[in-house]
Amino acid sequence: MIRLTTPITEEQIRQLKCGDEVLLNGRLVLSRDIGHKYMKEQKPEWLKPILEGMVIYHCGPVVKKNPDGTWSFVAAGPTTSIREEPYQAEVLDTYKVRGVIGKGGMGKKTSEGLQKTGAVYFHATGGAGSLLAQRVKRVADVHMLEEFGSPEAFWVIEVEDFPVVVTMDSHGGSLHEIVLKKSQERAAALMA
Amino acid sequence: MAECTLPTLTTLDEVQRKSVLPEGYRADFSQLRTLDLTLPVKELIRRASSRLPQDIIDALVKGRESEEEGSRAFNTLDDMVKNIVLADGHVTPLCQDTGTVIFWIRHPFGLSQARAKKQVRQAVVEATQLSWLRPNCVASLSGKNPGNNLDPFHEGHPVVHFEEWEKPEIEIAVMLKGGGCENVGAQYRLPDVAIGAGRDIKGVRKCIIDAVVKAQGQGCSPGILGVAIGGDRVTGYEKSKELILRKLGTSNPVPEMDAFEKALTADLNTLGVGPMGYGGTTTVLGVHVEEMFRHPASFYVSISYMCWSSRRRTLTIAADGTPSFD
Repeated sequence: MIRLTTPITEEQIRQLKCGDEVLLNGRLVLSRDIGHKYMKEQKPEWLKPILEGMVIYHCGPVVKKNPDGTWSFVAAGPTTSIREEPYQAEVLDTYKVRGVIGKGGMGKKTSEGLQKTGAVYFHATGGAGSLLAQRVKRVADVHMLEEFGSPEAFWVIEVEDFPVVVTMDSHGGSLHEIVLKKSQERAAALMA
Repeated sequence: MAECTLPTLTTLDEVQRKSVLPEGYRADFSQLRTLDLTLPVKELIRRASSRLPQDIIDALVKGRESEEEGSRAFNTLDDMVKNIVLADGHVTPLCQDTGTVIFWIRHPFGLSQARAKKQVRQAVVEATQLSWLRPNCVASLSGKNPGNNLDPFHEGHPVVHFEEWEKPEIEIAVMLKGGGCENVGAQYRLPDVAIGAGRDIKGVRKCIIDAVVKAQGQGCSPGILGVAIGGDRVTGYEKSKELILRKLGTSNPVPEMDAFEKALTADLNTLGVGPMGYGGTTTVLGVHVEEMFRHPASFYVSISYMCWSSRRRTLTIAADGTPSFD
């Protein structure tokens, strides 16, 4: 088991390989559909210091506002990442992001982006909303909450031993590609 | 199996204790026109969002047993079981995506559908305030989120299907259908040259295999498939979704269809997609198929894919007003 704390350096990320199990610590920044479109089209400068060396988490949490005005995460598993395929590579490059957490894997364009920028794709268990919310220790900040709504806002959270698996590395490896090819071959045999 | 989590849920007494319905609650059936369903529906949502049906849990545990101990597939299924136990214990949503909220209400003559719909909408608003539901209903183009799970244009969300029936009781089923699995649903028009599917059961089988391979782990496998053969584009999809309400392990009433479902489930589990697309032998938990009418020119195969966290619950209010949850 590998433990990594954000911000992460390019050197650290280049050492990771497909199949590595990693426990993430430190800050993660949540972003999904609206956020990725916004980052690609408007390239806001204010996000640069927030995202450099960080890991983006594809997640729209269920949140709860506490009486003292702070926020808690009630359920926070990953959302399907492939929807960010048109944006991800450019976002990684613009903001020097070192990793993305999601589910289901991503495509060729993102894989090329991971190799170019020096970043990896981490896979988390989809649907494990309760389990993963327990690893969120604190909600540090939130941006664009009013504009995007709570599932789409840029939540900045602090996590402890957040469990993920590297399924796409910075050397072109992709576990998703391997499973896809094998299942396509098997499907062809079943349909013959 | 040292690290294996046991799927022990809280007792029904404990669930009852946490209920939003006061002890001994009875719905007043003497005046169906003014019956208030808000509270029972709110309790139905609470249970659907945080407590997975037993047949789904059993199927996940069986899947875990079939995977190699310590493999990624095994560990992933074990995490799913851990998550089920946690969500139930804390009464928090099993998944952050509490989905599109879909109701099927069957009722005797005399119930006001207009009032019932208002009450269901109110229950959804209150469940959202309590964080049992995520505000999941946004305007399509602007993405603007009113924050209360109500359709900002008309009354499209929550989705409510009504049917009047001959029985004296009211039955309300709810499904929380996540967006990830909804996105991998598919509708085929046969014949389909691309996958070589003709207008027969072999063709239907090819569509289903194709859809599961295309879905990979993106619908949060192991999935549960509802498949409608025929209908038009709307009724086919509608039926396919309703078929997900059927309990796993129950037989299809049509013997040939039952055999088809069982054989296909076994075949799909040889695809190697596995839990979350990590590889493994647990790709689907079940396939439920039903044949419908069709127009002679059309032959649709509509497939709804439900994620492993198949959140469905049914509330029955008996004629004496007693509620029961399944």
